[in-house]
Amino acid sequence: MAVIDQSHIRNFCIVAHIDHGKSTLADRIIEHTGLLTSREMQAQVLDNMDLERERGITIKAQSVRTVYKARNGEEYIFNLIDTPGHVDFNYEVSRSLAACDGAILVVDAAQGIEAQTLANVYLALDNDLDVFPVINKIDLPSAEPQRVIDEIEDVIGLEAQDAPLISAKNGIGIEEVLEQIVEKIPAPKGDPAAPLKALIFDSLYDSYKGVIVFCRVMEGTVKKGTEILMMATGAKQEVVEVGTFGAGQFIPCDELSAGMVGYIMASIKNVKDTAVGDTVTDANRPCAEALPGYKKVQSMVYCGMYPADGAKYPDLRDALEKLKLNDASLHYEPETSIALGFGFRCGFLGLLHLEVIQERLEREYNLDLVTTAPGVVYKVFKTNGEMIELTNPSNLPDPAEIEHMEEPIVSAEIMVTSEFIGAIMELCQERRGRYLGMEYTTGGRALIRYELPLNEIIYDFFDALKSRSKGYASFDYDIKGYEVSKLVKLDILVNREEVDALSFIVHGESAYERGRKMCEKLKEEIPRHLFEIPIQAAVGGKVIARETVKAMRKDVLAKCYGGDITRKKKLLEKQKEGKKRMRQIGNVEIPQKAFMSVLKLDEN
Amino acid sequence: MKQKLELYFHIPFCERKCLYCDFLSAPATEQTKEQYMEALLTELVGSAKQYKEMVVETVFFGGGTPSTVDAKYIKEICLAIREHFFVSEDAEITIEINPGTVNRDKLKEYRSAGINRLSIGLQSALDEELKRLGRIHTWAEFLETYNTARELGFDNINVDLMSALPGQSAEDYERSLQKVLALTPSPEHISAYSLILEEGTPFYRMHKAGEISFPTEEEDRAMYHLTKEVLAEAGYQRYEISNYALPGKECRHNSGYWRRVNYVGYGIGAASLVQGQRFQNTEELGSYISNPLGEKQVIEQLTEEDCMEEFMFLGLRMITGISTGEFEQIFEIPVEEVFGEVIEKNIRDGLLERFWVEGEERIRLTETGLNVSNYVMAQFLLD
Repeated sequence: MAVIDQSHIRNFCIVAHIDHGKSTLADRIIEHTGLLTSREMQAQVLDNMDLERERGITIKAQSVRTVYKARNGEEYIFNLIDTPGHVDFNYEVSRSLAACDGAILVVDAAQGIEAQTLANVYLALDNDLDVFPVINKIDLPSAEPQRVIDEIEDVIGLEAQDAPLISAKNGIGIEEVLEQIVEKIPAPKGDPAAPLKALIFDSLYDSYKGVIVFCRVMEGTVKKGTEILMMATGAKQEVVEVGTFGAGQFIPCDELSAGMVGYIMASIKNVKDTAVGDTVTDANRPCAEALPGYKKVQSMVYCGMYPADGAKYPDLRDALEKLKLNDASLHYEPETSIALGFGFRCGFLGLLHLEVIQERLEREYNLDLVTTAPGVVYKVFKTNGEMIELTNPSNLPDPAEIEHMEEPIVSAEIMVTSEFIGAIMELCQERRGRYLGMEYTTGGRALIRYELPLNEIIYDFFDALKSRSKGYASFDYDIKGYEVSKLVKLDILVNREEVDALSFIVHGESAYERGRKMCEKLKEEIPRHLFEIPIQAAVGGKVIARETVKAMRKDVLAKCYGGDITRKKKLLEKQKEGKKRMRQIGNVEIPQKAFMSVLKLDEN
Repeated sequence: MKQKLELYFHIPFCERKCLYCDFLSAPATEQTKEQYMEALLTELVGSAKQYKEMVVETVFFGGGTPSTVDAKYIKEICLAIREHFFVSEDAEITIEINPGTVNRDKLKEYRSAGINRLSIGLQSALDEELKRLGRIHTWAEFLETYNTARELGFDNINVDLMSALPGQSAEDYERSLQKVLALTPSPEHISAYSLILEEGTPFYRMHKAGEISFPTEEEDRAMYHLTKEVLAEAGYQRYEISNYALPGKECRHNSGYWRRVNYVGYGIGAASLVQGQRFQNTEELGSYISNPLGEKQVIEQLTEEDCMEEFMFLGLRMITGISTGEFEQIFEIPVEEVFGEVIEKNIRDGLLERFWVEGEERIRLTETGLNVSNYVMAQFLLD
């Protein structure tokens, strides 16, 4: 392919709230730019993990390069960089955005602006991107394009009167979007002769080729043979191949120069060496300074993961190792629990990230897992001046040694129709929220701002938000920092024995409520034994809630017809099998699912 | 001595499905019933040769509601048994009947066919409860059936009762019990089960939807104790977890199951145990009718271990429990060597006990153990 000058390159991404049609629009763009025939198109080309398709979200950023012949007769290279769509991956989003020069904002013609729309637009504007809006789903009966246009102008302050009115699903208005990409998204700049400076926005581990780095070249040129240096991690390697992204495949090319988006292969063995946000430069002719914005990714949420069958511990270790190859934001280290045996304490970007990893372990690696309650990272300041970052409640030092503790706080934005403002504020107050302010927008909606402790939103906040707003509220957050907080460790005692895997850190004022709910839930899950079993919640040795599993008094088989002994035996075998799935704590058998059920302490 | 054999005939038809029932049974047209009964006869006659070295000790027509089919078919089968099998002189021949599906003529036919034991599905003596269960008969209809049977000379009758019915109080249940005991003469045998909610039944759905509620565990236990006390006072002996009989009137057929006697089941879904092999017929009506002698699905060739397990968990259903000597005689190994740990643990937990009858050591469930028999029996399954 002939070298195309910078003025004919457009590097952009699509930002949208979940379900507003981002992936569908991406599909249409790829289809209309003709690199793929309709037959080759999978339903959604960009989301290539099954899990992503099922959940309708993008987890790992993907990119694609296509060619568009514009109405002016010129050919343009489009590099569409897909961004993850969830708050857990905010940092990855920001780096993907930094690789672009502009963004398309997709807004649902019926739903209008949502919290995530705002968060993503602000992120795009922070990265100095030129953003133009597109109104999608205009063929819906409930579509109100004009209201949404007004809302965009009013709330975000973006010119929206000439926004393309489209239906990505039905292929309406796509040409107009393509033309506006050419018109409104600026061409990249940068000097191909300057020292190499490329931004890593993603990477992928391939067992044959090693790590494949996805990058945007800002300055200079990279080609086969260039010795590259990752400026933050210090990793150094010689480039084996560079290329661009076809749909679902890598297309090698001679070089990547300033303004281009593509991949670099350099026999790198570990994704840890290719951190998202890092700058790639030429080891022999390094650039003066790295690109701004690099952050070391921190795990925000931790939980213990144990194989349901203790013998599968090595399998779990291998599976985590493999996942880690492709996911630098996953952390894990071995730990042991009296209740659950050998397992791992794992760190995640957020609860969604946790769920995704858990599901992948279960599906792709066929593992049966027991997961402990997720918690955040607390800072424990000890009286001896030491500070520890606590990821496992069991490691909390003796209260006498603790000077004070701090917990992470987020600033949250919640977008909701005005009738639910009261309900949502009540929820935020219950979750120890600090009210920051509220703005009314067009269409009878409001944007509510709160500061909330992260540990109050990692469990079921999103579900609660949805149920209290009949599904109308949307929510986004940003980690703000740490604050001093009155935190306690809540212990659960089953038949007077502490079950370490059920301990967790909670705010002093919520301890009673949480303890009570835990006990109620466990009472449902623990089967009856021949004796009575007290279930207690305790803080610092003081019992604050109690339930009792009554002694078993009846367990008999129903009448079976004829000599169907096989059926009787199956029932008994089921019972015996059930016992195998139990964890023995003292002389009490606790089903494995009891450990999981306490993760979902329902509202009512 | 010839080996003992029991025959079971499954009649999978009923007038209407009761709300708690999860047995293989459903209403059917006369034509289907006719085809099915013919198939049953074919299967019986076709298989008879295999069992010519055995002696039939008991015959049981179960269901469904066997009395819902024309009595002539039952009679045909009874005649065929006599023609093709060696039948013990004092064989116990039982049919399950439901009030509302029999009359004097039908009962007469049964009698002339050689049937000498009736098992009547009463379930409750209170009309309101019968209605709630979805039963098709009333107490008055039961009385008529019962009295007619007595008049015709049936002198071995079982009555089925159920406790822990939705909305039932202990007093309600006692009224049912007393009404049954007041029958003259009173039944020789009473089966008293507590209702178990089975998945897939209308009751299960109704319970999930909160439309019906069952007695609390305390009430359930109260009914259970009531059964024991009231029936003991009236001279009944409990010989199995849920079965009571006047002396010598225990159901030989069912006891055979617990003692692992050979039995052959005829009809859809019917299970058999013959010389250590368990097999079962198809559960599909259509394929059974078109090929009643079709290949049986062999469920398992019982291993020595299976037999030991079954000896224990089936034997423990009986109030007299198991004989340790018999175990050793059959398996040529002391029971302690196989199950010693489980036995000792459950004795310690107060669920099993050792006792001696005429110098023979036996092991049985204690009163507490009977309440949680599943819990105990499951432990006798070997890994």
